[in-house]
Order: sequence, then C-alpha cells, then structure tokens
Amino acid sequence: MTRYAKDQRVPVTLAVNGHEYRRWIEPRLLLSDFLRDELGLTGTHVGCEHGVCGACTILFNGAPVRSCLKLAIDVGDGQITTIEGLVKDDEFDAFRQAFSQNHALQCGFCTPGVVVSVWEALKRASDSESVDWNDVLSGHLCRCTGYVGIRRAIMALQAKGGGKTEA
Amino acid sequence: MSLLGQSIPRFEDGRLINGQGQFIADLMPVPGIKHVAILRSPHAHARIRRIDTSRLGTVPGVTGVITGRDLLAVLAPFPVGVPQPVTYYPMAIDRVRYVGEPVVVVAADSRYAAEDALDVVEVDYDPLPVVSDIETACQMPPVALHENAPDNVANHREFTYGDPKTALNHADVLIQERFVYPRNTAVPIETYGVVAYYERSSGDYTVWANFHGPFTLHSVMAHALKVSTQKLRIKTPQDIGGSYGVKSAVYPYMVLLAATSRLLGCPVKWIEDRLEHMKASSSASARISYVTAGFSRDGRFQALHIKQYDDVGAYIRAPEPATLYRVHGNLTGAYDVRHVHLENYAVMTNRVPTGLVRGYGGPQLYFPLERIMDIAARRLKMDPAALRRANVIQPDQFPYRTASGGIYDSGDYPSVLNTALQASGYEAFREKARNLQDSGPVRLGIGIAVVVEPSGSNMGYVTIAYTPEERARQLPKSGAVSAATVAIDALGGITVQIDSAPEGQGHETVVRQIVADVLTVPMASIRVIAEMDTAITPWTISSGSYSSRFAAAGANAVFSAAQKVKTKLLALAAQQLGVDCKTLRFEEGRVWGAQGATDLTVKRLAGLTHWNPSDLPAGISPGVYETSYFSLPNVDPPTTEDLINSSATYGFLVDVAKVAVNTETGKITVLDYVTVHDAGRLLNPLLADGQIHGGVAFGLGSALYEELRYDEEGQLLTGSLMDYLVPTASEMPESLTVLHHHTTAPGTPLGAKGLGEGNVMSAGAAIANAVSDALGVEICSLPLSPRTVTESVMKKEGRG
Repeated sequence: MTRYAKDQRVPVTLAVNGHEYRRWIEPRLLLSDFLRDELGLTGTHVGCEHGVCGACTILFNGAPVRSCLKLAIDVGDGQITTIEGLVKDDEFDAFRQAFSQNHALQCGFCTPGVVVSVWEALKRASDSESVDWNDVLSGHLCRCTGYVGIRRAIMALQAKGGGKTEA
Repeated sequence: MSLLGQSIPRFEDGRLINGQGQFIADLMPVPGIKHVAILRSPHAHARIRRIDTSRLGTVPGVTGVITGRDLLAVLAPFPVGVPQPVTYYPMAIDRVRYVGEPVVVVAADSRYAAEDALDVVEVDYDPLPVVSDIETACQMPPVALHENAPDNVANHREFTYGDPKTALNHADVLIQERFVYPRNTAVPIETYGVVAYYERSSGDYTVWANFHGPFTLHSVMAHALKVSTQKLRIKTPQDIGGSYGVKSAVYPYMVLLAATSRLLGCPVKWIEDRLEHMKASSSASARISYVTAGFSRDGRFQALHIKQYDDVGAYIRAPEPATLYRVHGNLTGAYDVRHVHLENYAVMTNRVPTGLVRGYGGPQLYFPLERIMDIAARRLKMDPAALRRANVIQPDQFPYRTASGGIYDSGDYPSVLNTALQASGYEAFREKARNLQDSGPVRLGIGIAVVVEPSGSNMGYVTIAYTPEERARQLPKSGAVSAATVAIDALGGITVQIDSAPEGQGHETVVRQIVADVLTVPMASIRVIAEMDTAITPWTISSGSYSSRFAAAGANAVFSAAQKVKTKLLALAAQQLGVDCKTLRFEEGRVWGAQGATDLTVKRLAGLTHWNPSDLPAGISPGVYETSYFSLPNVDPPTTEDLINSSATYGFLVDVAKVAVNTETGKITVLDYVTVHDAGRLLNPLLADGQIHGGVAFGLGSALYEELRYDEEGQLLTGSLMDYLVPTASEMPESLTVLHHHTTAPGTPLGAKGLGEGNVMSAGAAIANAVSDALGVEICSLPLSPRTVTESVMKKEGRG
C-alpha cells in the first residue's frame, strides 16, 4: 500500500473525455472535486457526497460510478467520461431531444448524472442485454419530476433505438 | 395560433442536459475568494463556556476565523413579524439552541483546508435542558429558550368567525381528533450556496446565492447588516438546483457570509454539504392540531374548531409564523362552513428554525381537514365521496367569500370531484376492496382528498399574526405584485427580464410564449434573463418564486410589459403611416393595416426609436424598454375583523389514491393515483403536468417516508439520504393519471392559477384516507412508516 504524508502533493495523469490531464494533487482529493475544481468540468454535480443522490455519476471505463466516492489518485489509467464528453457524441442530439420533449428535467441539477446512467444502460439495452430500469433509475434522486418524464424519455429512446426492455 | 397553452419543450433544457448550467457552486464571480467551513453545535441546547481558536495558526492556508461575538460589531438581530421577537443572529452568541447551529466560521484557501482548521478549534459547552415536545414546550416548559418568551410561545392568536360555539352545541355529530404532521423537508439535490463580497471603500455588500425570494427578505437582510437597502446587492445564479421553498431560508447564511467577508477583508464562498443541509438549513413546521367538527345528521358540515401548535424551531425566523397563516383564507377548504374558531400557537423548540417547504401551511391544514371528512363519513355511515359532494361550494356561489375572509375567485368543485371519481373507478374499486377483506394479509383501500389550492400570496397575510389593535399601530401591508421588463435593442433583439428567480419551473420558456404571442415574433428572437440582480432587475418585495405565484402574477407582469411595448410600437407605426392606431395590428412580426401588410416590422419600429429619435413624434420616447409592475386584484390588508384574502387566486384539485397494505409487514403500495386539477388556463400543459408529477412524488414522500427524526437529546437521527428517505423511481405509484379542468382565473389577463403545490397538500391526506379505509383504523399522524401501520393493526386487534 502506498503511504502519503499529510500535505504531500502527488502527480497524477487522468484520461478524461479522451484528453490526458497532468496535475499535482492532494491524495485526499475526491474525483468529483478534481473534475470540477481542477479541470473546470462543472457538469458533474455534487449533491450529497455520500454516494446516494447520483448527481456526480460519471463513466469509469464505460461503467457508471459515483465520482464523490472515488479519490482522484485512485483512477489509475482508467478512462473517465463526464457529461461534457457524452455531449460530443453524434448520437447525443437525439438523446437530448428525447429528454427535452418528454420534460425529463426541471431544475437540471440531477440531470447530468441521470443522463450518464441512462446513456450507459441504453447502450446495454441496444446490445440485447436485459436492463432493469427501476434499478438504473433508483440510483438517482430527482425531486422535481417524479421520474415520470425520465421514464417517458427512456421509452421514446427505446422506441427509436429498438431496445429490449420497457421503462 | 397562440403559443400560450401549447406543450412547448423548454429552452432551458439544452444547457442543463449538456451539463452547462451555471449553478452557485460553479461560480467564482470575483477574484481572491476564500472558502468557508462552519463549526456547528453538537448540542441541542447549551451555554458556550469557551471557544479556543488559538491553534488555528498551525494550520496551513487559514485566512481567518469568526465567532458569534465577532458578529456583534457588524450585525443587528434579524427582524421578524411577531409582536415580541426573539434575538436571532445567523451564528450562536454565548448559547446554542439547536444541533447544527453555527458556532465558528473559518475561511481558508480551500474547503479542504477550512475543514482541517475546524478540527483544531475547541469549544466547551455546558448542556442545558432540551425542549423537544411541542405541547410540553409551551404548557410545562422545562426551560425557556429565550428570556422574553417564558412559555416558548412566539406567537399566539385566536380567531372567531360566525358563531362556532352555538353551531357546535347544536351539531348532531361531533368529530374530535388530534393530528400530528411531522417535520419534513424539501431536499433539493443542490444544497445552499453563497458567495459574499464586502467592498471596504464603499461599504457595499454584494451577495450571490441560490436564493429565490420572497424579496421581502432583502430588507430583513439589509436590516441585519445595518445598511440601507441599496448597499446590499443580491444576485442569483442563472440556474438554481431545486428549492421547493427551502432555499428561501439560505438568507441567514447570506448575512453570515457577508459579515465574514467584511470582518476578514476578503470575498468568501460557502457551499453547504448534505449533513449541514439536513441538520441546519430549514424545515417544514411540525404541527399538532386538535380539530372538532360539527355535522348535522344528514351530513352537513356546520362548524369547525381548530387549535394548532406549530413547532417553529429554536428561533422564530421570518417569514414565520407564516406557516400558520398562509392558508388562513382557505381554512375551511372546499367546504361551505360559516362558523369557525381557530387558535394558533407558534412554539419554539430546540430544533432548526422552520420556513418554506412546498405546500407551506397546506399539508399541515389539509391532512387534518381531509381526514376529518373521512372520519365523519364513517361515523355518519356515508360514503366519503358523497359527504364531500354534499358540502363542497357550488359553482353558483363564486366568487365565494370564506368565513375567514378568503375570496375563492372561480371553480367548479363538483365537476372536478366527479371527474376524479370516474377516472379512478371509485365505486368498482370499493366493491373489489370489500370482497378482498379477510382473505390474506393484504388489504385494499381507496382515499380521496379535496384541496383548494391557494396561489399568489397576499403580502399582507403575515400581519394577521398581530392583533387588529397592534396592526392599527403599523402601516398596512397588502398586494401580490410582480415585475417584468421587455426591451428591444437597435437591431430588433428582444430581451425580457423577469423577477421570479426560478429553480426549474420553466419560466424562461413560458415568458417566450407570452412575448412571442403579443409581438407575433418567433420565440427564438427572444432571450429571457431569469437571474436576479437587485441592483438592476425591476423587482419588489413580493418578487421571487414561492406561493406558486408565477402563473398568476409573474406571467401577467410579462404580458403587461409586452403589451406596453406593443402599444408603443403601434402608436409609432400609426404616426409613420398617418392612420389611426386602432386600425393597426401585429401579425408575423409586422404591422398590418386595413389594406394588409405594411413594411413596418417590430425590428424597424424599435430601430427607429434607437437610430433616429429626432423623428419620433411627441409622446413617444427613445428606446424600447418597458417595465410593468402587475398587481393581482383582491389582495387587501386584513380587516379589523381579521378577515384576510390570503391569496390572490385559488385553484382546486381532487386526488384519489388506491393502496394495498400488507397488515403483516406494514408495507404500503400505491397502486393507482388519480389527480384532477383546475388551475384555470394552462400556460404550457407539458410543464404543468411536470409540476404535478413532481408534486405527487413530493406528497407521496411526505405521506410514506419523510421525517426529520430527533432523539430526546435533540440529535437528528436522519442526517443522511440513507436515513431520510425520499422517493426513488421505484416508489412512484404503479399508475398515475393527471387530468385538468379549466375554470379561468377571472381577475387576471391570462386566466392562469398556480398548481405546483396542491399535491403536496393533498397526497398525505389521500394516502392516509386510503390506508385508514384499507385497515378500518383512523390514521392521525404521518409519515405512514411500516411500523405505524403494524401498530395500528395490532391496536385495532387489541394486541397493541
């Protein structure tokens, strides 16, 4: 196990949204704070800092992860994708439209986290994998929508993409 | 075709879905900001014996430290609207009165460093007796929280309308019950956040915060900071991550950070963490209600007697005791009851001070009132729907003046009730539920709640906390005003500034719909600025997002400002064309006359006022920048008889909930939920339904899961989101139906009423009625945890 002295700064190289970032950071720095404060990627939101609300969800090697429960130094050579990375995908326009047309968001604070999880689950669904949408959505707290619009957006996207399960 | 009334997706969505929203945590609006962490009281009640900050020098990155006594140099206590206010500062001075109360503020280079610094601050406390139970607090107080309130009562008032004593004496059936509404809270996913900057040379404060009003609190903050109001400039970020009322209570922290900036000589930023939010932000008032209702044998609701005790927490804090009065005009709900007695107590306890939470005062009233209707129906051997039908105000009674002074502007309550009963298959389900009795542990039940939903609060209603004699010595307060500006620049670009400080309601979109309709221009040619800046935004004390006021007040202010622009441009066109203004109209962004289209467009006319003001005729000023202050009608100050129309307009809703209750595990499943609203004209049905979906989820949470629970020492037991449960997607009803009626609001140009809070007022009652129906018990407290259910079952079976 690596031990670090208090106040010691350590070098890290993180791959975020296809770019490599080199920084000297405190070992205790949360990945969520690293993304927001060191890289200025403020689309990753912090709502609870104990892994319940899901607002800080990012993709780590393609799988959804709470960035508030992970240390930035613990990322290693894993690939991180934040909401800012997803937006660059060609398919994101259709995704954004489905969310907007179905009023799947109000204040928008939980939204980037929800989008990251739903995006990943839809990919799985389109790979013919069975997706339990209750399971996916229950990882996110939304106080605005009652989840109604989010489910409708998922259904609209599945109708388009030929996914296998119902939201 | 009118854009208003159409389900138009939101302009706000793009930036928010892309993660490009700008929330308070994302902002560093001035250079040199230091980050604040707050040391908080671990005790619910204690004297502070000693605060030792001497070791802070050993912690790297620390800028400075503030304790409560330091604040005395720059702050005055917060004012509050009760006859005998208690002394309340944003940080404890010598004595703490709730767990989580700020005790020490440290500023440092980073939040991490500031939190490190808190570790070396030592505070010694002498614990004092804790006041927790509401009734004990005021009837047998173990200790007084404040010297000038020996019985811990911050406000007490008694009201009599009609002759309730006689009416209750003559009633055939009296229903008497005690109800408990718990402390719960809003839990926006974004917590509080503040940036404050004091500029020494001018003595001006600028405070950025996810604060959304009411902007009456601007004057409260300025008073606390001991500055004249222009010296306190409040700015809100472009986006606020939900509030549901609770962020109105960020204001003590705005003052705390402003004072910190002044005392430490640097701008400071504080983003609340989740534990801080659950412990020490704000919450809804818990309430104990004693209700006596008198009915005739044939089910006529004749008189109502309510005694209510609100737990307002450790300090009565503005705008409290408003929870007790926000629904004062609609105390009798949807029913035609002329004899009412009301007694109100605002009681202080060792809990976090209370404030706005979606529904504000509504769930505390309607949970008892709508439970009483079901209890009465059972006693009278009537169907609960039939009892309600027999007592609701009839369409020909509008405008209806309630016993307490409310003026219900419009409605068709029987029709909405019928729609709801039909949509839910009420009769068939009751039959099915009866047949299922005694066949296994699962019982079915159905419950109704009928709610008159107030919107557009009268700023005068809070003054009813004073007696008429006390009010006579003050200047009167009234009104429900909103302001908006529509401006057109030299090349025809349209910008609208609004004063509602929204947090997800979609005002930027609805404003485009309104202005595009009036000026017949595309929505894309309009930009809406929703962030507030008290130095440059037209605003007034009632500005902000609360009391579901945008549809009734804000939207009409925008409409009115757009009309002013239209009038000005048409007057200019008439002069240019040499015709009577009345013959002209706008169509497709162009002026049309009797002969058809002219070459005068909105862009050309606005341009003329900028580029060539020399040619403007008399009476037409340069530029296009029209501000309108719109005031809703019928919102007068309270009368000497204590009559108050507490809201400008009143919508209506009926909820019908079907539940399955497992009598062995206590699990409640909401099988089906029907909610039928009448909010007048819907400005954007897509957004209206979104508000209702969210309201149902919110109400469901308060009915089944949500409670800020404390132990006897006043320690919060539900400080994390693993302990304080809010509904996830899996907890939503298996089926949710939203339907609408459209009885327009007669007093307003657009005819819309608010609708975002109604289901929070109704769901607790509807679900409790359904569970009571399923189990054959009378549920009198919320939330309906599995334990509450199994205890009710055991009590009924004589095992409790």
